[in-house]
Amino acid sequence: MSKEGYAVEGRQRDIDFHLPGNQPEMTPDETRLRVEELRAYYGKSLAVNNVTLSIKTKKVTAIIGPSGCGKSTFIRCLNRMHEVTPGARVEGKVLLDGGDLYGSGIDPVEVRRRVGMVFQKPNPFPTMSIYDNVAAGFKLNGSRDRRIIEDKVEKSLKMAALWEEVRSDLHKPGTSLSGGQQQRLCIARALAVDPEVLLMDEPCSALDPIATAKIEELIHELKDSVTIVIVTHNMQQAARVSDYTAFFYLGELVEFGATGDIFTTPEKRQTEDYITGRFG
Amino acid sequence: MQGEPQVINRPLGRLLTRASGKLVHPDAQVINLGDRFFYTLTRGLAFCVIFLVILLVLDLFRGSWEAIRQFGLKFLVGTTWDPVARQFGTLPTIVGTIVKAFIALLLAVPISIGSAIFISFYTPKWLRPVISYPIELLAGIPSIIFGLWGLFVMVPVIRVLQVWLKANFGWFPLFNGPAVYGVGVLAGSAILAIMITPIIAAISRDILLTVPRTQIEGMLALGATKWEAIWKVALPYARTGLLGAVILGLGRAIGETMAVTMVGGNSFDLIHSLFDPVHSMASQIASEFAEATYSLYVSSLIYVGLVLFGITIIISLLAQLLLWRLSKGRIAILE
Repeated sequence: MSKEGYAVEGRQRDIDFHLPGNQPEMTPDETRLRVEELRAYYGKSLAVNNVTLSIKTKKVTAIIGPSGCGKSTFIRCLNRMHEVTPGARVEGKVLLDGGDLYGSGIDPVEVRRRVGMVFQKPNPFPTMSIYDNVAAGFKLNGSRDRRIIEDKVEKSLKMAALWEEVRSDLHKPGTSLSGGQQQRLCIARALAVDPEVLLMDEPCSALDPIATAKIEELIHELKDSVTIVIVTHNMQQAARVSDYTAFFYLGELVEFGATGDIFTTPEKRQTEDYITGRFG
Repeated sequence: MQGEPQVINRPLGRLLTRASGKLVHPDAQVINLGDRFFYTLTRGLAFCVIFLVILLVLDLFRGSWEAIRQFGLKFLVGTTWDPVARQFGTLPTIVGTIVKAFIALLLAVPISIGSAIFISFYTPKWLRPVISYPIELLAGIPSIIFGLWGLFVMVPVIRVLQVWLKANFGWFPLFNGPAVYGVGVLAGSAILAIMITPIIAAISRDILLTVPRTQIEGMLALGATKWEAIWKVALPYARTGLLGAVILGLGRAIGETMAVTMVGGNSFDLIHSLFDPVHSMASQIASEFAEATYSLYVSSLIYVGLVLFGITIIISLLAQLLLWRLSKGRIAILE
C-alpha cells in the first residue's frame, strides 16, 4: 500500500471523541498519561508525527499497526527512552499526571522510575542471579536493608506470576530460565521499581503461544495496580488484553478508541482494512 | 585415521552447502579437489604451529640442560648471579619482572578501561576514530622508542618524584630506596604501563562495543543513570573479554625487553623498595647473551628463558581458569 493511498487530510484529530469518557453509559476513566502533539525524529526522518492521545489509569492501552509505523518509537517516547538512541529527538508534550516529562529540569532517570519498560526480547542481565535481576532496579534508590529487598523481590516475582517457579532457584542466573520465564523476570524487575505506568514493547514477539498466554494472563492481573501500554503486532492479542486501542500507520495515529469499538466499528477505512487483514 | 575425515569434513560439507546455495545433505561427502587441497594445506599449517611450539620447548630444555643439572630448582630461589664465581640464581630477576608487570597493570588498567568506556559509551560515532586512532598508533610504536623517551624524558621526572616521595614518605618501606638513580622498579613499571595501555584500551573498546544495546537500555529503563548502567551491566557483561584484554597486556609487560632494559636499572640484587634498580628476565637475557663466554653461563641464560616461558604459560592458564570460572553458569544469553 502506497503512502498516498492512505494519505490522511491534514487535520488536528479530536481523539477523545471515541473515548468512553464521552459516552454516558460508561464511567469516565481517569487520564494518567496525556500525549500532546508528539513528534519523534531519528536524525532528520520523522518517525512519529503529531500524535495526541490520552492513556487511562489502570487500563491497558494497545498500540497496533504494521511494522515501521512508529508504534515502538512512540512508546519509547513515553519514558524518554527514545532519546537514548544517538541522533534521536522528541518534540511535543507527554504529561504524566499533568506534569510534562519533557519539561525543563526533568531528569529522564526519574521519569524512567515512574514509567517502566519491558522490551521485545527478554533481556535479563546474564551476570546476575534471578534474585539480583529483580533487585537491580530497586536497589538503585531503594533501601539497602536485606529484608526489605528480599520482600520486594518476592512480592515482584509473585506479581509477575513467576515466584512459584523460581522460589527455590533464586541464586541461579537469570538466563537459565526459559524465554517466557525470562520475560516474566523482566516484568518482575520492572515492577520492583513501583512504576505508575508499565510500557511493553511487543513483549510476546519472541515467545511461544503458551508463554504468550501466560504473559497475557499476567497483564490482566497487573492492570489492577498499574497502567499498561502495550505495543503489539498481533491484533488478536490487542483485542484480548486491551481496554483501549490506538492504530498507528506511517507514523501517524489513525484511530484511537475503546478496543471493542475499534475492532467492531472502526471509523476509518485504514483501520478496518488493517484489522481485517487487508494489509499490514 | 580411517574414521577421522568423516568427522572433520562434516562442517566443511555444511559450509559448502551454504556457499554454493545448492541443497546438498550436510553429511554427503561432496568435496572436490580444490577443497581437499585447502583442507590438507590448512591442516598442515595448523600442525606446523603446534610443531614449532613443541620444538621451542624442547630446545629450551636442551639449551638449559647443563644449568638445570647444575642448579636444579635452586636456580629459581637463588639470589646470586655471579658469572665470575659460576654461581647463578635468578630470584631477584623473577621478582623484578613480576613486580614491574603488576605495578604496570595497576597503572594501566584504570586508564585503559576508562578510555575504552569513554570511547564506547560517551563518544559520538563520528568522533570515535579521532580518539581511538592515536591509541592504536601508540600500540604500534617500537619499544626502543619508548625506551629512549623513557630514559631522556620520563626518568628525570621520576627522579624528582622519587626524591620528593622519599623526603616526605621515606618512613614507608616501599619509598625508602635509592631515589636519585631515577631508573628502577618505578620507572620500569611506568614505561611498561605506557606501553600496554594502548593494547588494553584498544581491545577493551572492541569488547565494550559488543555489549548489546538492549542490556544497557534494560538497566536505563529501571531508572539507572548511564554510569550505573555501564558499571552494573555493561562491564559485568563484558568482564570475560576485559579480563582477556588485561591478560594480553600482562603478557606483553612480562615479556617486554628493550624499554625496561633502558629504564629498569638492571641490577641483580633483590628489590626492597620501588626505587631499587632491577633486571627483568627478558632484558637480562638480551643484555648478557653476548657476554656469556662459557657454556654454563649460556645455559643459565637459556634457563632464565625457560622460566620466563613457564611464567607466561602459568599466567595464561590461570587466566583461562579465571575466565572459565567467570563464565560458568552463563547459559544461552539472549540478546
